[in-house]
Amino acid sequence: MFDSHQRETYRRMLRIRMFEEEGTRLYIAGKIPGAFHASIGQEAAIVGSCMALRDDDVMTGTHRSHGHPIGKGADLKALMAELMGKQTGVCRGRGGSMHLADSSVGIMGESAIVGGGIPLATGCALSAKIRKIDQISLCFFGDGAVNQGTFHESLNMASLWRLPVVYLCENNGYAITTSIALSHGQTSISRRADAYGIPGVEVCGQDVREVYRVTSEAVARARRGEGPTLIEAKTYRFDEHQVGLIVPGEPYRSPDEVEEYKLRRDPIRLYREALSSGGVGEAALTELESEVRAELAAAIRFGEESAFPTPDTLADFMYSTPLTPS
Amino acid sequence: MSTAVEKSGLGAGDHIRMNYLDALVEAQVEEMERDERVIMMGEDIAIYGGGKLVERFGPDRIWSMPISESSFTGVGIGAAINGLRPIVDLNIASFMYLAADQIINQASKLRYMTGGQISVPIVFRCCMYYGASLAAQHSDRPYPMFMNIPGLKIVCPASPTDIKGLMKAAIRDDDPVLVFEDTKLWPLKADIPTDPDFLIPLGSALVKRQGTDVTLVAIAGAMRPALDAAQALSKEGISVEVIDPRTLKPLDTATIIESVAKTGRLVLVENAHRMCSVTGEIAAIVAEEGFEYLKRPIQRLTASDVHVPFSPALEGQMFPRKATIVAAIKKLI
Repeated sequence: MFDSHQRETYRRMLRIRMFEEEGTRLYIAGKIPGAFHASIGQEAAIVGSCMALRDDDVMTGTHRSHGHPIGKGADLKALMAELMGKQTGVCRGRGGSMHLADSSVGIMGESAIVGGGIPLATGCALSAKIRKIDQISLCFFGDGAVNQGTFHESLNMASLWRLPVVYLCENNGYAITTSIALSHGQTSISRRADAYGIPGVEVCGQDVREVYRVTSEAVARARRGEGPTLIEAKTYRFDEHQVGLIVPGEPYRSPDEVEEYKLRRDPIRLYREALSSGGVGEAALTELESEVRAELAAAIRFGEESAFPTPDTLADFMYSTPLTPS
Repeated sequence: MSTAVEKSGLGAGDHIRMNYLDALVEAQVEEMERDERVIMMGEDIAIYGGGKLVERFGPDRIWSMPISESSFTGVGIGAAINGLRPIVDLNIASFMYLAADQIINQASKLRYMTGGQISVPIVFRCCMYYGASLAAQHSDRPYPMFMNIPGLKIVCPASPTDIKGLMKAAIRDDDPVLVFEDTKLWPLKADIPTDPDFLIPLGSALVKRQGTDVTLVAIAGAMRPALDAAQALSKEGISVEVIDPRTLKPLDTATIIESVAKTGRLVLVENAHRMCSVTGEIAAIVAEEGFEYLKRPIQRLTASDVHVPFSPALEGQMFPRKATIVAAIKKLI
């Protein structure tokens, strides 16, 4: 039995993985400019939490931004075109890799200022509360961001006013090269919730079903008006902080640790095995994998065939109402 | 609570005498009444004014914030991108530096960086309290540095009528607007329109006084000594045209250049520090676009590049005064 929830969960995880693999290839080939931060290894944390949301719920994310819109259900074409800097890109070529915000699936910003999106998600939740609608904000950030003031200030306000927001920390263990042990006086991120009188939950971020279960509880709590939850999804990034970033000298994380995650704690492999042992046939899985592969090929073709923005459009989207003196 | 206009019983076509601060409050109340998406956020604001704003609009519209300038600014921005139109009162303008990351990296950039998917209809109230012995951390006039940020709009009203019309236009604007209010102008009174739809479009300068010999451009609180100087000089037969840009971004340069074309002389006055000031920008624009009209070099009067001191004996010398403006103009005649 391959139910629609499982199918969609696996589809979105595969989309992220293939999008990142193909994106890395295109980046190295010089078809994607700028910097490229892949989410490979973190798919379960992203998709598990997004699957707990409704389509009309909103989200904010981070510089490692590709997975978030895909996890929320975005179409791949405009995302791939954006990476290539094309006019058909979701941000019309103004955002790029670190800022793949797709508002059609409720994304209110992907902030490359670490911790910058935390107050925004909190404000989105404040708006939902004021407007008396039962919309939730899901706020993604990393283990580095919890040392920013915005994390503490925002959790305090969300707790104070019981805002409908779920704080989802993708804890991949390293802020670029700096480990939790070297940057956190107290190494449990979920325990920081105690300081604000809100629930803090730690979950295995490689297990999409667990992330979904924990986030669903937090979402239900928020929708009941009982306030925010901090979730620490312990995950791992398989690649470097960004593709091609070579860190000289002693490795900041051991090759054994990286291998262990890749071989034994790959979230996609773990979910595939769980689906298989739950009775989903090999043919159904392979068919879905082929579908996503075809989707990726179409997205790349769309991006490659799209035009670059023309120089006369440089100032487009600066203002809602133009900056011309009256 | 009732506003002064409501208490007066006057109709929409009338005028009522009120001061700069009351005109600002009137603008906020009218816009909150008109549009339920307008909310106010800031430190202590539910208590200020005897809590009367909460009494009128309820606690869902008036939010007293914890002392977290960076994040409550971001919370306001988040609320703005998700359906509301917040007025975030940053209180003392020096506190903007705490909020600057969210104002600059989020509010000013989100629309552009998302290719127009997201709009940020938000107003930041920034109070300039200089000249009151509050020392350097409570006395800044930081509007020039924010002019360097694309994506923001900036107003700097110098009269009760202008603060009402520009504040209302700012609240109705779909982009982030910084409203710099000059507390030196709070007691200033004028007859302002009672019309709830009285708006002053962003980007229109005002010729406050017509003249033929010198163009005098003054920003915010510098307008009072500028007008006094123009009045004094008129008795000596020197005719000064006084211009208030009112909006700094977009800046109405056409009105200024048109005046310089007539007078051939330009004096610029403001209370911000000198380096990279608004007067520096206006001087550059006139040099580029109106050089042939100038009979004499452009004169600038500003605060010097020294922090605002505590002692009144020192602070009193910081800012352009009637006498220094008169002297600068006489140098050009």
